[in-house]
Amino acid sequence: MLEARQVSKRFGGLLAVDGVNLDVAEGTIVSLIGPNGAGKTTLFTVLAGFQTPDEGTVRFAGRDITGLPAHAVCRLGMVRTFQVVQPFGRLSVRENIAVGAHLRHPSRAAALDRAEAVARRVGMAAMLDQPATSLTVAGRKRLELARALATEPRLLLLDEVMAGLNPAEIDEIVPVIRAIRDGGITILLIEHVMRAVMSLSDHTYVLNQGRIIADGPPRAVAADPAVVEAYLGHGAAARMQAAEAAHA
Amino acid sequence: MLQLSILAPAVLNGLMTGAVYALIALGLTLIYGVLHIINFAHGALLMLSLFGVYFLNRLAGIDPYVALVIVVPAMFALGYALQRGIIARTSHGKDENVLLVTLGIALIIENLALFFWRSDTRTIDVPYAFDVVDVGFTFLSVPRLVAFGAAFVVAGLLWLLMSRTDLGRAIRAVAKERQGARVVGIDVEHIFAMSFGIGTACVAAAACLLLPTFYVTPQVGNAFVLIAFTVVVLGGMGSFTGALVGGLLIGLVESLGGLFLGETLGQIGIFLVFIAVLLFRPTGLFGDRT
Amino acid sequence: MRAQRYLPIALVTGGLALLPLVVTSNFLLNFLILTLLFALLGQAWNILGGFAGQFSFGHAVFFGSGAYATATLQIHLGVNPWVAMVLALAVGGLVGAMIGALSFRFRLRGSYFALITLAFAEVFRIIAHTADFTGGGSGILIPLDLRPANLQFEDKAGFYYLVLALTAGSLVITRALQDSRLGAWMLAIRENEDSARALGIDSFRVKLVAITLSGAMAAAAGVFYAQYFLYLDPGIAYGVGYSVEALLVPIIGGMGTVFGPLIGSFVLHGVDEATRGLTGDAPGLNLALYGALLIVMLRFLPAGLMGLAAQVKGIGHQRRTRQAHRLKEAGDA
Repeated sequence: MLEARQVSKRFGGLLAVDGVNLDVAEGTIVSLIGPNGAGKTTLFTVLAGFQTPDEGTVRFAGRDITGLPAHAVCRLGMVRTFQVVQPFGRLSVRENIAVGAHLRHPSRAAALDRAEAVARRVGMAAMLDQPATSLTVAGRKRLELARALATEPRLLLLDEVMAGLNPAEIDEIVPVIRAIRDGGITILLIEHVMRAVMSLSDHTYVLNQGRIIADGPPRAVAADPAVVEAYLGHGAAARMQAAEAAHA
Repeated sequence: MLQLSILAPAVLNGLMTGAVYALIALGLTLIYGVLHIINFAHGALLMLSLFGVYFLNRLAGIDPYVALVIVVPAMFALGYALQRGIIARTSHGKDENVLLVTLGIALIIENLALFFWRSDTRTIDVPYAFDVVDVGFTFLSVPRLVAFGAAFVVAGLLWLLMSRTDLGRAIRAVAKERQGARVVGIDVEHIFAMSFGIGTACVAAAACLLLPTFYVTPQVGNAFVLIAFTVVVLGGMGSFTGALVGGLLIGLVESLGGLFLGETLGQIGIFLVFIAVLLFRPTGLFGDRT
Repeated sequence: MRAQRYLPIALVTGGLALLPLVVTSNFLLNFLILTLLFALLGQAWNILGGFAGQFSFGHAVFFGSGAYATATLQIHLGVNPWVAMVLALAVGGLVGAMIGALSFRFRLRGSYFALITLAFAEVFRIIAHTADFTGGGSGILIPLDLRPANLQFEDKAGFYYLVLALTAGSLVITRALQDSRLGAWMLAIRENEDSARALGIDSFRVKLVAITLSGAMAAAAGVFYAQYFLYLDPGIAYGVGYSVEALLVPIIGGMGTVFGPLIGSFVLHGVDEATRGLTGDAPGLNLALYGALLIVMLRFLPAGLMGLAAQVKGIGHQRRTRQAHRLKEAGDA
């Protein structure tokens, strides 16, 4: 469904994304992990059309979308959320979600109806008439998700929807995401919460210093020494193996 | 072909005017660099300073250059108070509000001036107003040369202040990363107000240098404020070097535009530069912030 | 449901339409005419600033272009004033589209957008000052010919109904906008442009539509001004005064609301007239007062008078629900 080929993005002298190849198959949940500053969010902004890659191509649903502006990408059915949530503060939850719904529903009444349905789907039905500013962090994350869903996407890019949530809230949102996938929407997510990554994803990519250093089923990737090194620093994998050997 | 004897004086006069523009723009760019706001009251504050210099001269016989030591501190205090007392309290953390508040301040100052002092054009008499020096191919006005030199002196002092003093370091820290500055214990509100005060002091200095060869009316600020905006945008918002170079450039554009296109259309030249820079290079010549 | 949304506009317009039957003083009618004129201009600003969140500091550029368009079309080309009015609206929209296309294409926002609108108003003022067809600095006179077919009226009531019709039209347009997808998109852009783009909104196009609509509406105010006073000069038409009026009126009344500009205009000019009675016709004082009002509103009532009304209603609502709760608890006990 989504294919990135040799995608690079440069900021001044810094190569933030460096020749990334990435595939997301229809109907799957794919995760993108990696240490802070690895270039995950930059890769998202490039995929979603917020920035044009310096090199490489992005294809979505069989179409070359490289350099297409963000709104056009969204219209084709690929929508992103923001890591730092960006609600429409002075609008109510219902109005916030309706903005997303308007993409496919020109009539105001239809969009407001859709908003209500989507809110129920992500468990926000009780907060429909609250202003977005009054929501908790968890509420805002859900709103971000709801607005994106309301655009009726085929592929959803989720940028750390679980960051800042407590364990109970994470347990609540994991089934919501799974249900979205079961409803026929493909998902690519950036996540730091490894527990969620393990339980949700079918395939995992690991990005470090702008490059994909490993990919595969999440369990296999987590055991990859290169990945452990990237997260815990040079020599960590060897030390861990040594420690395990000592235990054995 | 245009004679060098016409072109050269136009260039020199443009540069001398430009130096004063640069001085006004320095204040504006400092305020922008630190507070990230565009101070619409800048022109009104210049006008107020000009009136200060005017009345000091007329009522107390104080020479405009001597008035520097009175007007500059007074305007600094006013700027500090405006930021601390009104702008900071009214903005609710939103840039659009700051923009509107400074517009409101400009309206109040300008129209009170109009009410109290009417729209008469006023000038002062100083014995050296018409002194000139002969530079061979043309004569240059002495007070305008003084203004030219003084503008660079002030720019130099400002640079020293910013690079060599604790206050300057704090200002730069706040300009770069206000949250971080707060965390390390810098009184951000105080620094904001200091920056606004110093920015206002710059227009006060410009007023003292201007008045010997210029006039004052309640609307005089308008003529300068858009020019100062242009200079700041051209030079790059927040850049000192940019304000200096931009000021000189705009002085040139105005002077040469006036020469080639006539007075009124010459002004258009400035605005066209302004619009073009905003459109094609909003970071300006020396700005690196996006 | 639909028609109901327009009921308040119908009631307000109907009420205002009855006023000339009781108000015969020319002074009061003149006051009402100017108040509605500024409500119209403020509504134009409100669509771009209050809804789409793009603060213009140079709305006089549209006002003046509308005024000059109708005047020059009548004088130089002999166009009928009613036709000229329609064409002038198009000119206002076109100027809006042009400025919008330039500034939004280059992603100018916030302060930069405010500055560029201000600069455009200045450029237009200087052009009007220099050009021949605008009459230059001495201005332009529309010949007196008091016939409705000529968009000039014998008595002030005629002008009053014209400006009322224009203002009512602006209210209907704004309400329709509020109930439409386009309006929702504008609010989304105002609140957060990046989010809006992520949700499939073509922010460039939406902002362009907003500034075009706003430009045409402000031009309508300019046309009315030209027909009412029959005289224009660059300082009037493109001066800072109208740019300030345009933004002050919706800020006082409440940005992003339908009735904000109308209410703001009545309050602003009511206060203006009242204080003018106290201070005499001293130059400048009213604008100084505008400046003070602007600051006071931003400080204490950033959502304007409509925001205050909503707050009061909200508190009342809370109190009523609390009372209902208490009653219910008492009943249960």
